[in-house]
Amino acid sequence: MSLLEISNLSLSIRDFEVLKGVSLSVAPGEIVAVTGESGSGKSMTALAVMQLLPEHSRTSGRLTLDGTDLLNTNEPAMCAIRGRSVGMVFQEPMTALNPVRTIGDQVMETILIHKAMPPDQARQRAAEVLDRVGLPADRFPLSRYPHELSGGQRQRVVIAMAIALQPKLLIADEPTTALDVTTQAQILDLLKGLVREMGMGLLMITHDLAVVADMADRIVVMRHGEVVETGATRALLADMKHPYTRMLFAASGHRVDLPAAPAPEPLLRVDKAVRDYRLPRTRLFTAPGHFRAVKGVSFTLNRGERLGLVGESGCGKSTLTRAILGLEPLQGGAITLDGEPVFSGTRPNLAVRRKMQVVFQDPFGSFNPRHRVDRLITEPFHLLDNPPTGTARAEAIAEALTAVGLKPEDAGKYIHQFSGGQRQRIAIARALIIRPELILFDEAVSALDVSVRAQILDLLADLCRAYNLTYLFISHDLSVVRTVTDRVLVMQAGEIVEQGETEAVFSAPQHPYTRSLIDAAPVLPDPAALKKA
Amino acid sequence: MLRYSLKRLLSLVISLAVASLVIFFVIEVAPGDPASFMLGINAQPDTVAALRSELGLDQSKVERYLSWVGGMLQGDFGTSYTYRSPVSTMVADRLWVSLPLAIYALALSTLIAFPAGIYAAARRGKAGDMAVMGATQLGVAVPNFWFAMMLVLIFAINLRWFGAGGFPGWDKGVWAGIHALTLPAIALALPQAAILARVMRSALLDILGEDFMRTARAKGLSRRQALWRHGVRNALIPVLTIIGLQFSFLLAGSIIIEQVFYLPGLGRLVFQAISSRDLIVVESVVMLLVFAVITVNFLVDLAYAAVDPRLRSRT
Repeated sequence: MSLLEISNLSLSIRDFEVLKGVSLSVAPGEIVAVTGESGSGKSMTALAVMQLLPEHSRTSGRLTLDGTDLLNTNEPAMCAIRGRSVGMVFQEPMTALNPVRTIGDQVMETILIHKAMPPDQARQRAAEVLDRVGLPADRFPLSRYPHELSGGQRQRVVIAMAIALQPKLLIADEPTTALDVTTQAQILDLLKGLVREMGMGLLMITHDLAVVADMADRIVVMRHGEVVETGATRALLADMKHPYTRMLFAASGHRVDLPAAPAPEPLLRVDKAVRDYRLPRTRLFTAPGHFRAVKGVSFTLNRGERLGLVGESGCGKSTLTRAILGLEPLQGGAITLDGEPVFSGTRPNLAVRRKMQVVFQDPFGSFNPRHRVDRLITEPFHLLDNPPTGTARAEAIAEALTAVGLKPEDAGKYIHQFSGGQRQRIAIARALIIRPELILFDEAVSALDVSVRAQILDLLADLCRAYNLTYLFISHDLSVVRTVTDRVLVMQAGEIVEQGETEAVFSAPQHPYTRSLIDAAPVLPDPAALKKA
Repeated sequence: MLRYSLKRLLSLVISLAVASLVIFFVIEVAPGDPASFMLGINAQPDTVAALRSELGLDQSKVERYLSWVGGMLQGDFGTSYTYRSPVSTMVADRLWVSLPLAIYALALSTLIAFPAGIYAAARRGKAGDMAVMGATQLGVAVPNFWFAMMLVLIFAINLRWFGAGGFPGWDKGVWAGIHALTLPAIALALPQAAILARVMRSALLDILGEDFMRTARAKGLSRRQALWRHGVRNALIPVLTIIGLQFSFLLAGSIIIEQVFYLPGLGRLVFQAISSRDLIVVESVVMLLVFAVITVNFLVDLAYAAVDPRLRSRT
């Protein structure tokens, strides 16, 4: 008898059909992963179980938890079920906790709101639960506030709130997507341990097939609000029936075919670069302290080379990126492009600046929504002394758009008319249009769905062939860096701890930190090996 | 928390010192000599000179600034040029009307605005929200003296529950004083409450969209419980800012209401002092108001820290 039984669930919000006849079930002690790309309806399925759907939602079908029909349960009864019979963990730990209440209060609230225990016992229980999720009271007293904890620690608090009353079902919506790989591995371990220990059912929503393969007993693959394939993890991965599942799997482990890099000839030199941040004064008349974000980093990027930079959040990769772009001055060392400093005096060196372009992570936030594409992608022209005008400008726009797989006619459209992947193509066109010597990709594919990501990575390889691109690819995603770079730098706490040929570093990491990163990263299983087993 | 409070206190002292300098010199450079103004246009030059030296106007600017500030620190605000009486007692008398009036009005405005704003936010887009928003639109648009006149018409002239104006003085009893200040306080509070309710509503609506509100619902809190336990305190930061600004305005900006209700408040005092070039009174009242504004800001800063732990730990 299954714990959660969803059959033929349909959901529409206003007139838009979000879910179309979704059926799935979760047994006690079972981990079921719902996977799919954005817009597949996987999060809405989770919210439907919680009955926390947006306004103007209409549902039909059947949704039962332990025999209770949730679609026909009134709101007060639902409040009694949420938090007690079913707990939920969310994607974004940084914002999932109330910033003005202590973590102890927030964990206790789950217990108190259901009047499960008197307050002193509830406090005791909160301490126990926080201890169980890895926040022992001697190091993390109940009186801590969320802002005093890191992202992974906050996610542990969220999990503690969700499991405080030992619910029968735990729903985790992309619980590790916002976390670093090593933290992700710890949180996934914690979730697995809790399921085993408490015999909970776990409904896990994730876009990451590698995580799914590692965690789940069963997989449900969704697309456009429908379940396309479902089955036991091993069996399903060994023998994927639906073409969409196969595509998703192939795209997740997509390898691109990079052309060989030309003979080494230095382009960008970073020599003992040091970047300090001033800390706020602790006392009025003492000198403010400094935080050294980049500690004497040195490396050379050759012309035509594709270099990767990996590291966890806070390791200094973004700071280093800004310094390379000449956006901020260095406190020591030098960064030169073609022998010229990127930062001269008190401002970026424009002569060098025009040889570099950058592509950012967020395909939605990095464009002015009120400008047309032609204006957006010609923005770098302001760096040139004689920007092309008239026909020359139109030709440059057409060429850049064609190069990234769009049409010259797209120049007249606005950014909201494009999908996420197309926007990232436009961002690349904007970087390409002045034919820079170096492009920086700062987490440029991290926000994209796997199938779109695979296309963009292919595009990069094509562009390398056509334009001999030189780029620095900054990412936390090791599998992506592995396929699109020739050489890789591993950064930890402001220092480069390991560098070398990408394949060599990945297959035989020397530094313990690199090893821990690679070990923590979930890997896609090999379907052929699964078949044999 | 202690370090935070001390830092805010230090900035309060510095602000006051700078403000006193600015006020003194700005008023000093304004044209017009109080001595000749007081004696009229037919005065003899030696009479004017004698009066100037009696008032201390012949001293250097630095000396006069120092003696002004030094006097204020000892509670001596100097002597009014026109009334020939100590400024401190004049100001104190008026302050005993203006300060209670401002506090009264602020209390009323908060009492009206909080429930109205929370109610509207909880029923976003529904009839209750529309009604509250419509009412606050009116409250913002209609000037407070019009409210004042309507209140007088209804409650003083028709119903005869309150007097139409004047202030009996606190020696007639606290109740009599509060009674006399009720209509002016309501007239002052209504437009302020309208603004505050709108701020409360929009701050709460922002908070309602936050992830932690969804977390709270997932724990089993009802919409209302989530709103009260997690929403209101987070919405207080912008609301406190507005309350601070409003208090300063109520203390100094109630001159029209004082005029309508014939109240002997600070607004009217400063108005009269400006028309008669009574610089020492103007300086003192302005300094007092600056002091009040800076102190209120200090209190608001402390309130921020009480509400939001992130501010406490920052330095």
